[in-house]
Amino acid sequence: MAKPTTVSSDSPALDVATPEGKKPLAGLGGPAGWLDDRVGLAKLSKGNLRKVFPDHWSFLLGEIALYSFIILLLTGVFLTIWFKPSMAEVEYQGTYQLLRGLPMSEAYQSTLTLSFDVRGGLLVRQVHHWAAMLFVAAATVHMLRIFFTGAFRKPREINWLIGIGLLSMALIEGFAGYSLPDDLLSGTGLRFVDGLIRSIPIIGTWAEFLVFGGEFPGTIIVPRLYMVHILLVPGLLLALIGAHLALVVYHKHTQYPGPGRTEKNVVGYPLFPVYMAKAGGFFFIVFGVTVLMGTFLSINPVWKFGPYTPNQITAGSQPDWYMGFVEGAIRIFPPIEWHLGHTTWSWQIFLPGVGMLGLLFGGLAAYPFIEAWITGDKSEHHLLDRPRNAPTRTSFGVAGITWYAMFWIAGGNDILANTFGGSLNAITWAMRFAVWVAPVLAFIITRRACMSLQRNDQDRVLHGAESGVIVRTPDGGYYEDHMPIPTDEAYTLTQHAEYPSLEPTAAVDENGVPMPAQVTKRRARVRDWFFRANLAKPSADEIAAAHSHGDEAHEVEASDEHKAVSQH
Amino acid sequence: MSSEVEVTRSHPVPDPGIPEHVERWVDVDPAASRRAERQIAACFGAVPLLALGFIVVYFFVPKTWAIQFAGLHAQAQNFWLGLLGGVAILLVGIGAVQWARLIMGDHEISEERHPAGSTAEDREQALDEVHEGITQSDLPRRKLISTTLKIALPSLALPALVTLLDMGPWPGPGMRAATIETTIWAEGVHLVTDVTYRRIKAVDMVVGELVNAAPENIQDLNNDPAAKAAATAKAAIIIVRMDPNTIKIPQSRKDWQVDGILCYSKICTHVGCPISLWEHQTHHLLCPCHQSTFDLGNSGVVVFGPAARSLPQLPITTDSEGYLVARSGFTVPVGPSYFERDSTHDYQNGDN
Amino acid sequence: MSERPRRRTRRSPLRRAALIGAALVVMGGVSAIAAPTVSNASPLPTEVGTGAQIFIKNCASCHGMNGEGVTVNGTAIGPNIQNAGAAAVSFQMSSGRMPMAGQQQQSRRTTNTFSADEIKAVAEYVGALGSGPGLPTASQYDTSGLTADQIAKGGELFRTNCSACHNYAGKGGALSNGNYAPPLTGTGVTNQEIWEAVRTGPQNMPVFSPTQLSDQDVQTMIAYLSDVNSSPDSGGYTLGGIGPVTEGAAAWIIGIGGLVGFALWIASRGARAR
Repeated sequence: MAKPTTVSSDSPALDVATPEGKKPLAGLGGPAGWLDDRVGLAKLSKGNLRKVFPDHWSFLLGEIALYSFIILLLTGVFLTIWFKPSMAEVEYQGTYQLLRGLPMSEAYQSTLTLSFDVRGGLLVRQVHHWAAMLFVAAATVHMLRIFFTGAFRKPREINWLIGIGLLSMALIEGFAGYSLPDDLLSGTGLRFVDGLIRSIPIIGTWAEFLVFGGEFPGTIIVPRLYMVHILLVPGLLLALIGAHLALVVYHKHTQYPGPGRTEKNVVGYPLFPVYMAKAGGFFFIVFGVTVLMGTFLSINPVWKFGPYTPNQITAGSQPDWYMGFVEGAIRIFPPIEWHLGHTTWSWQIFLPGVGMLGLLFGGLAAYPFIEAWITGDKSEHHLLDRPRNAPTRTSFGVAGITWYAMFWIAGGNDILANTFGGSLNAITWAMRFAVWVAPVLAFIITRRACMSLQRNDQDRVLHGAESGVIVRTPDGGYYEDHMPIPTDEAYTLTQHAEYPSLEPTAAVDENGVPMPAQVTKRRARVRDWFFRANLAKPSADEIAAAHSHGDEAHEVEASDEHKAVSQH
Repeated sequence: MSSEVEVTRSHPVPDPGIPEHVERWVDVDPAASRRAERQIAACFGAVPLLALGFIVVYFFVPKTWAIQFAGLHAQAQNFWLGLLGGVAILLVGIGAVQWARLIMGDHEISEERHPAGSTAEDREQALDEVHEGITQSDLPRRKLISTTLKIALPSLALPALVTLLDMGPWPGPGMRAATIETTIWAEGVHLVTDVTYRRIKAVDMVVGELVNAAPENIQDLNNDPAAKAAATAKAAIIIVRMDPNTIKIPQSRKDWQVDGILCYSKICTHVGCPISLWEHQTHHLLCPCHQSTFDLGNSGVVVFGPAARSLPQLPITTDSEGYLVARSGFTVPVGPSYFERDSTHDYQNGDN
Repeated sequence: MSERPRRRTRRSPLRRAALIGAALVVMGGVSAIAAPTVSNASPLPTEVGTGAQIFIKNCASCHGMNGEGVTVNGTAIGPNIQNAGAAAVSFQMSSGRMPMAGQQQQSRRTTNTFSADEIKAVAEYVGALGSGPGLPTASQYDTSGLTADQIAKGGELFRTNCSACHNYAGKGGALSNGNYAPPLTGTGVTNQEIWEAVRTGPQNMPVFSPTQLSDQDVQTMIAYLSDVNSSPDSGGYTLGGIGPVTEGAAAWIIGIGGLVGFALWIASRGARAR
């Protein structure tokens, strides 16, 4: 650990002269000067080139998503050179022997051609698919990082909403892509979508006929999804990503608490050159890893699934992972269907299918505003929360992950049953309960864990770190020697804001005239519950007292010290 | 109430400030610094060689070669293209990151933040400009213009939406009856094996047998693949033979079967996956998509899973030569539910 | 397959009989043992062939002396197999599913300890008890001489009739209540066994008789299955070949896991001078 020092200079000695002794681009001649004359290049880059970005691994998760998206654009363009989005029937006469002579759609045929006759075609297809899986996965973990550190708070609520929009569109984009090759799995997925659209009350049949251009399967769904997949959704994604990044630049990046880190500054490395090299390098790393995954790991071997025909199916028909939770919900939902008069209301498809997506994304979108209402906190937040210091939020997050994971597991109930030799029906029944019980358990356990982590922090601040050295006192007592922790760490552990409980304010003013209450009874109650698991941090006096006590009176036994802490 | 009451900020330990910069090994040890430089250069230097290798593989490794090692049995060209290309790209990244970590100065710097919102003066100025603009437009006095414009703009959305209504035919009662409510099954249509289109003699089927079958007239659609696909999506059937003594046959369906040979729609009533996972001992038919389970020994009622309606049964009999034929089309629409479906005629457990 | 020493064939049926006995004790109590004990105690006719001898030692305790099945206190210990056919016996024994080690929901593939001749003898013995599919000749399931187009057609038949339960590449899948469709690939599964299973419908598998799937149809299906699994996996490791579930796991564990590892490295401070 570095020793605490005085605040270091904001402008470290980096203005080293180049070997020639003059600055590059001196006087802005050449192309740079030409460009500056026309678009004001220097004005634009001044101040922005040295923009500061904090350094932390978890800040790179969103970058994985961004880079996967770029990889998807690059590989996607390559794929469009050969892929034919047509459901017209042809007879396959290509190089893959095991499908020769079979009737299939041009979409499937061109996918086979791409995989077997275009050099590097299969590689690019697999890289594209792996990048898609990583895109959604990285966006998901990025969102979780934002959630658990409270980075969605003011002023970043809009960017959170944009992120939710991005994630939901990533699902649509992925699903559309999964459906394009017109193989047995993708056709089965479309069959499911057909059933899902049909289940929408009142307008379902109409929506089905408009989307599919008539009855399932029709001849137009693949071309339409192609448009959605390569134009509509990527366009929206691009626009939203642009807005997402512009807001990051405008707000400046959040940072983790630490010495010298405040709400008023951002500490890290300059964009040019350090962050450019790190972020640029990371792009190549993500790309390289994705290419290597495409090299070693087979994904979506459509030639084995065969062409789609509506009367064939394979065991283990599953969507890609990001639709797995919807699949799970559909699988475990009880058969609730209303037959009213001449109408049929398929709640068992509509609720887990459409409703589940609505609930997830609606809940995520609403959360920042719900929490802001509870806390009543109107200030800007640029220092991130350590998850333990926001125990209720953290518990909600873990409960949400657990809820999602249970549906996810349910989506693979057949694979689980077959792999581990269980009963499909028993697993399905177990999951019907687990989706409700497991999140509650996760919530309770996480809140307890956060509290004990907070206690541990207090312990370290007040009494130092356990040294592992047991000291025996002359009168036979034992205690463990504690080392004082560095000031940097002590500061980090005690900088967080606190939320005292509030008295509800009167709903009438002093003259008895009704007025909107600032703190309603309900909000005061919810707020108390929300912050109940937050431990009050020690005051400066308490820390000083504990330190002097620790220095002078070693003979006090450790158990007493712990009692003092837990009573806190 | 102000935020200060809702949130309290105290710093029992004063901020020690940004930690003092500590040099890296490479900053103090010239040998380590040179080593780092060589490492990074090696990363970058290997890239052109790998790129060259990629090109060599592209031209000289035929698609027919396969590689086999460590349990991997893959197409050689794909493998080498990916390996060389992937490692080359990865090395660019690793080199760049090492450069940033080891060579570039690593002094932390601090930048001040400014509130996201505008200053009071900025707001004032912007509002003034807005006010000026509104005044200039004379809108406050010209209510008629603003009112008509408010109606004009949204009314443009309607034509835009209406143009989408031709995306597909409208499923009115007639269209529904001609499409999703009917199949090409009709009285006298022979049941034939799927793919090979062979007629099926009742006496040839043994107890425990399953046939994935189709209507014989599906072949009439061979020249119209789209119509064939739509017809197949509804008309696909399975034929099973069970011991008549071990199954329940309701009175109303006594003549829908031939000596325990029963015929059901292959299309799941949940979301429409084709189902043929039949267990001949339990008579259960399982859908591999969402695990709806139907009891074919009991008129196709649901015994497990999310499906809510029995599997439609096709009434069958034999022709004069003993081949299986349909007595009629399906008596209820097959496949997944839709809003306008009259689901009061589907078989329910216990019906006669 | 090589002839096994006599000693071994003598010993293993005894062990199996003991296992069956133990299973019966667990299942049905003392009374349950009565019936099998009676069958075991009856003197063996001297003139019966090898097939009958092996049948009586290994099969009769559950299936009865004449394959009529054994029911104890209303519980079926073993079904009537008089009309099962020689092919069914051959399938069950060569795949090690029979004799069953104990009562199971679905008998699992185990190591077969009988020689090919012994299995043939038992199969012919049971086949003679009634009707049922007979043993196939090698030409019925031999896949040589099929054209590429025929094999591709076999793939279509496979996806229509088999993949619903056994997966697109024959990796198997789950059925209801703990039943499962076993994998058709991997060690020991022979073309003959697949042919026999198609024709006889072991356990919960339905029967596919020659009128709906001709011998040539079955040959092409077998050829497709073996080709699809022996040709190179063009794209790399197949991750079990069971579809998107394992692919998703790989994306998270290898992809996100690996990239988070790189992110940790990128943001790490590295070795310091002090």
